[in-house]
Amino acid sequence: MIILYGPEKNYEAVIGLEVHSQLATETKIFCGCRAKPLPGVSVADVVSNSHTCPLCAGHPGTLPVLNKKAVEFAVLAGLATHCKIRSNSVFARKNYFYPDLPKGYQISQFDLPICEGGYLEIPVGTVLKRIGINRIHLEEDAGKNRHGPGQSLVNLNRAGVPLIEIVSEPELRSPEEAGTYLRALHAIVTALEISDGNMQEGNFRCDANVSVRLKGAAQFGTRVEVKNVNSFRFVEKAIEFEIARQIGVISTGGSIVQETRTFDSDRGVTITMRTKEEAEDYRYFPDPDLLPVILDSNWIESLKARIPELPAQKLKRYVGDWGLSDYDAEVITSTHEWSRLFEGAVRHLETLGTDVREGAKPVANFITGEVARLSKEQGKSEESSRLTAIHLAEVTRLSLEGAISSNAAKQILQIAWKTGDSISIIVDREGFKQVSDVQALEAIVAQVMEKFPSQVAELKNGKDKVIGFLVGQAMKASSGKGNPALFQKIFIERSRS
Amino acid sequence: MDFKNLSITQLHQAYESGSASPVEVVEAYLQQARVSDLGTWVTLCEGRALRQAQEAYSRLEKNGRKIPVNEPLFGVPMGLKDNLCLKGVRTTCASKILENYIAPYTATSVERLEQAGAIILGKLNLDEFAMGGSNENSAFGPVKNPNDHTRVSGGSSGGAAASVKAGECLVSLGSDTGGSVRLPASYCGVVGFKPTYGRVSRSGLVAFASSLDQIGTFGKTVADAARVFEVISGPDSRDSTSAHKIPKADCSRVKIDFSKIRVGVPQEFLNQASVQPEVEQATQSMLEVLKKKGATVVPVSIPHLKYSISVYYIVAMSEASSNLSRYDGVRYGVRSASVDSAKNLQDFYEKNRRLFGAEVKRRILLGTFALSSGYADEYFKKACQVRRLIQQDFIRAFEKVDFLLSPVAPTTAFKLGEKSEDPLQMYLNDLYTIPANLVGLPALSLPWGEDTQGLPIGVHFLAATGKDESLLALASELEGSHS
Repeated sequence: MIILYGPEKNYEAVIGLEVHSQLATETKIFCGCRAKPLPGVSVADVVSNSHTCPLCAGHPGTLPVLNKKAVEFAVLAGLATHCKIRSNSVFARKNYFYPDLPKGYQISQFDLPICEGGYLEIPVGTVLKRIGINRIHLEEDAGKNRHGPGQSLVNLNRAGVPLIEIVSEPELRSPEEAGTYLRALHAIVTALEISDGNMQEGNFRCDANVSVRLKGAAQFGTRVEVKNVNSFRFVEKAIEFEIARQIGVISTGGSIVQETRTFDSDRGVTITMRTKEEAEDYRYFPDPDLLPVILDSNWIESLKARIPELPAQKLKRYVGDWGLSDYDAEVITSTHEWSRLFEGAVRHLETLGTDVREGAKPVANFITGEVARLSKEQGKSEESSRLTAIHLAEVTRLSLEGAISSNAAKQILQIAWKTGDSISIIVDREGFKQVSDVQALEAIVAQVMEKFPSQVAELKNGKDKVIGFLVGQAMKASSGKGNPALFQKIFIERSRS
Repeated sequence: MDFKNLSITQLHQAYESGSASPVEVVEAYLQQARVSDLGTWVTLCEGRALRQAQEAYSRLEKNGRKIPVNEPLFGVPMGLKDNLCLKGVRTTCASKILENYIAPYTATSVERLEQAGAIILGKLNLDEFAMGGSNENSAFGPVKNPNDHTRVSGGSSGGAAASVKAGECLVSLGSDTGGSVRLPASYCGVVGFKPTYGRVSRSGLVAFASSLDQIGTFGKTVADAARVFEVISGPDSRDSTSAHKIPKADCSRVKIDFSKIRVGVPQEFLNQASVQPEVEQATQSMLEVLKKKGATVVPVSIPHLKYSISVYYIVAMSEASSNLSRYDGVRYGVRSASVDSAKNLQDFYEKNRRLFGAEVKRRILLGTFALSSGYADEYFKKACQVRRLIQQDFIRAFEKVDFLLSPVAPTTAFKLGEKSEDPLQMYLNDLYTIPANLVGLPALSLPWGEDTQGLPIGVHFLAATGKDESLLALASELEGSHS
């Protein structure tokens, strides 16, 4: 199925993605400086240039020493994406001048990257489409510049943090496919726990290469690179804009300039950053300060054993064995934390006597609903949450038993998220227990029916809409503790009698 | 007591007998350094050195006036080429761009020296960033030859060689990328030794050409140069190119049996038109001495030798162009006074990097060219491939001989200013010394007589990778045999 663009629907889009993912090692790739903030501290709060040493600051006479963990993490990424792992890979210097690049070169890999020739399968409509991964290689991150009036400040905390660069083949054909691929890759690196994958904090970055061609054309069109896009949604929007822009240029007789553009998320447009004439010649050559990385096949095998169940496999299992809908399963497996929360809750429910197939759907609903909402609201990843699988399991159980209303469930989850207190303590302290005692409820219904005779009359005459009002009044009278479903049932019964 | 002509062993005897004390000795050497008109020193660490001398004296007394067993360089006054980092002390690389740079850490080899009791007197002059063969490329003035002040000391470790000859320090550390220890050793008349690549850590040695650089040692005798090598040698986790499989050097284990030794002069080195006759004679006389002692002289060929200079300069300049990119005035070093008026980033870089000397700029530009798109295959990649061929030639040669012999340089020390017009002439001076760096072999310059003007001549020895101890043992046996 070919996706076509343009006013006459005769253009095809060709997209390739280059993802840079920071690796969650303790120390930097070539020196012993911290690669990430101390637990509980956000990246933005770390004092500038406090995680540096003569080596990552590019002082004279310093020499790089490779971090083994970084190699391990890169190999895990390669194994999880079906790549061939090179038993002999080489570091190369990428030479260019910029203040955030202390040595005046970045140590990266060029001719002999550590992983090659893999793939990722993504759902496109009802089929699984295979997107090739050209290579994964290791490199060091640069520092950060902050520009102000008349000066630029350089912070080298990030310089030397290990990165893997994952380059896809140009096999994506729409912004949606690109978004799906990106989310799938993100889910893998977080499931492997080799990366924190936080796009806003800059530890999972994506550059998109976009070109268009007439339907049926054999050659690719001129491609444009779009950089500095820091969310999945913006990547899709940037690509969408770029496709339209390129079609616009070509169809009015112009030609695409090969260039690098940046995405202005406020205006939703891409703008020129630099053109090919100013393109750098990086003068790659093997770094003479580092030896080739020779990997033992037994060691690689032992890493294979460490790969946990990956998102794609989890998805199959949730849908096939536990009866989740495709949508719910996709959402949950797209985030490593949510998968953990989901499985933990379902399994805990099992120990409490609820069958997995019965517990899976309600737990899933809480995750795709309230948990997702809280994550978004809190802005950060689940690190800021104190919600555990046990919390989720207990809330689900109380909900299934009717002991709490759905509103109460949401509030309880919010409190648990913030405080980490146990569910029973929260329920007691806040008085969330829903009253399901039929006698008590009937008494309240009787009260309400006395107070609002005209509405009762409407109900008896078949005006079902008024039930909402009556139930609302009953809830008010019960200070929100009544079970609304039961109230409704009782009102209907009474109205028929 | 004249401390200038003592060997390390004799110095230690003097300490133990009480006829000298560390403070006296250090003060005497510092005085020589202070009044020197050779241009040998960039920085003298007087306070630091005298403090260390005091501490050494205390240790000596506490130890019953016996040299502590774990301090083979106890109380030895030393100089360091100023491209070696010593924490808290200026490390300039003889360049305006690092004129104010205070090293934040100490080189591994220097740490090892100090742990062994050596006392660092200061930092020695060199060609800027170790680029040069005459020590005329320093931003702080040339180094003069102690034997004749109108002549060059040789480079790039000119200060390290001249200071030992002139009695301004007892031994010193230099660095050798294409001959920068052996050539000044030959011109000045001291022993200069370059170890097998990887046997001494490069951590803290300011990089010129990473695959060629090695720290080397200078002494008036082979024994002294060897002892310093032993102390600084051995694997270092801070240097990934450090030879982890070769242990710390121990020169006591090797004894030379001349009847079992085969030596040769690569035939490609013979009959060079530009060789000074006395230098030619010195090589011949060395061969005679070897034969008389029982060694066998074997013909040997290094077919690809003629490409060495081209290969060396392409590789060295390419690596250097990248290694020197970090000197941009952003994080350390000098920011040119006019920088605050820089119009933009490009302008900022240009104003700072303008501080490099002419030879350094030349090499950076040539190196950048050799690595650039469209030329890299033809120049850099090709040079790397030919380097392999040269290496294979030497591996084959060392199946037939144990040691290779040649002059160190085509001539003795030339006059200051004589060769500075033509950089290419200067490069051709390195033909004998360069192969050792290309292949990573241990090599040594041994003083062997003088020419008719009294200028020292050095003879050059090469051994196979890892055979440093044998090379030093051979040189030690031959030392002083020149008639």
